[in-house]
Amino acid sequence: MKTVPQAGKSHVSEFISSKEVSPATDLKGSVFTLTVLRIHRADFDQIERELSERIAKGPRFFEDAPVVIDVDPLRTGGGQIDLRELAQLLQRLRLIPVGVRHANLEQQQTAREVGLALMKGGSVRDLPPQPASTTDIPPAPAPANTKDETPEPLSNTVVSVKGLGTEGSPDQVDSVQSAAPTKVIYQSIRSGQQVYARGADLIVIGGVNAGAEVVADGNVHIYGSLRGRALAGAQGNVHTRIFCQCLEAELVAVAGQYRVFDDGAPDEIRGQTVQVFLVNNQLRVERLR
Amino acid sequence: MAKVIVVTSGKGGVGKTTTSANIATGLALLGHKTAVLDFDIGLRNLDLILGCERRVVYDFVNVIQKEASLKQALIRDRHCDNLFVLPASQTRDKEALTKEGVGQVIDELKVSFDFIVCDSPAGIERGALMALYYADEALVVTNPEVSSVRDSDRILGILSAKSKRAEAGEEHPVKEHLLVTRYSPKRASQGEMLTLDDIQELLGIPLIGVIPESETVLQASNSGVPVIHDQKSISGQAYMDVVARFLGENRPMRFVLPEKKGLFNRLFGT
Repeated sequence: MKTVPQAGKSHVSEFISSKEVSPATDLKGSVFTLTVLRIHRADFDQIERELSERIAKGPRFFEDAPVVIDVDPLRTGGGQIDLRELAQLLQRLRLIPVGVRHANLEQQQTAREVGLALMKGGSVRDLPPQPASTTDIPPAPAPANTKDETPEPLSNTVVSVKGLGTEGSPDQVDSVQSAAPTKVIYQSIRSGQQVYARGADLIVIGGVNAGAEVVADGNVHIYGSLRGRALAGAQGNVHTRIFCQCLEAELVAVAGQYRVFDDGAPDEIRGQTVQVFLVNNQLRVERLR
Repeated sequence: MAKVIVVTSGKGGVGKTTTSANIATGLALLGHKTAVLDFDIGLRNLDLILGCERRVVYDFVNVIQKEASLKQALIRDRHCDNLFVLPASQTRDKEALTKEGVGQVIDELKVSFDFIVCDSPAGIERGALMALYYADEALVVTNPEVSSVRDSDRILGILSAKSKRAEAGEEHPVKEHLLVTRYSPKRASQGEMLTLDDIQELLGIPLIGVIPESETVLQASNSGVPVIHDQKSISGQAYMDVVARFLGENRPMRFVLPEKKGLFNRLFGT
């Protein structure tokens, strides 16, 4: 049936808008683990040699693997590198360069031309993941060691695309994700020792003794007594929690909000299995079951 | 192969020197050639406890700095042929102790001795670190009291990080033993003192022995004869038990339960 075109409106657009068209796309946030290739020296022959050797040791791991190029070490005098040439080298070795980190302005321009994304954030860990040990104790929580980036909240891990308008507000965090594998310690933490799980959750199978400190960017789980200090969300993630089997803590903190128990914890929670978390920026300590 | 044992605690005044003297004496009495070394430079006590303070000619620092030979510095114990003492310097600085120097002395001792007992000073600084560095086994001396337990926990952490065995990797760590000293079963049962279970739960290392509080220990140190020579003393007996357990014997723990007083004692005794 023909409709009478309304004054001031094109009848064509009216025709189209009267039909329901299903969307062809949507955008979702996601997290991927990527390998980071750090370049220390702009020596192409050596780069090719080293990479070939490494790939030969574990060909299936590296075949068609997406790789992020990190040129940060070059800043302290490793030479100049041509990203285009490097990308081609990687492709010859059957790696897929997808992005570059810490590129200077010139490199950023090349990156755009070559089709490499400029990567932000991401915490870097060794490959393959090393077993956790308490002798490897980094200093008290420090922001990520990149000079031009502010510490990223955990949801902006190696690659992620935030939902734009199609689901929830841009501030919403879908779930707590850690970029690095959970750090597991299979012994008690003694007085004076500190453990920091960078970009990850921390699990202690044992106790945390008085005078000891456990810190994680993610959650902290203690299968034992917490008599020392526990800090979750060290880089600011307010959705992290601390769990412990027996609360005798000196101090607990989530994303910087802390509580001390100077006269010991109140009776209802002392010695109990508890979780510590933030609600509206207020720290809560509650029994689990 | 000679074994190096460190007697350490973190906390001061808990009984390290007394224990070093008694354990070394016990091992020597059982026929093992034993050397005991005082690492407390500037505050030496081991020579007093062993009654050889008037026989000190050369000391540990003299040997490290090659001013005297080990043979000249070692003092043979008056009461026991197998026991030798290397006293600390009273006038020098801790800085005189170097890792290499200490290592050389210990290597030289290992040639002719079965056991080398290192009496650590209190604290976690140089003297204590030197004493524990070359250890194969550790006796962690702890009083049943919160600050002592906290400090013992700290020194255990340091043992597992800063000893030579720790630096070499995890395969053969320093073997740790808990020795509780100055224990009073009565006070523990009344809740005035930490119990053995409390201490073990907090520190998590196997208990090698309990030395009960006794006046005989003070008398022994005043007279310069370690209490282990007095087998009538409960502390002396307890130390002998520790030596036996250290050498592999399975002895039940004694002096850990409050005395049950019979009717007569309760009516007329103290």
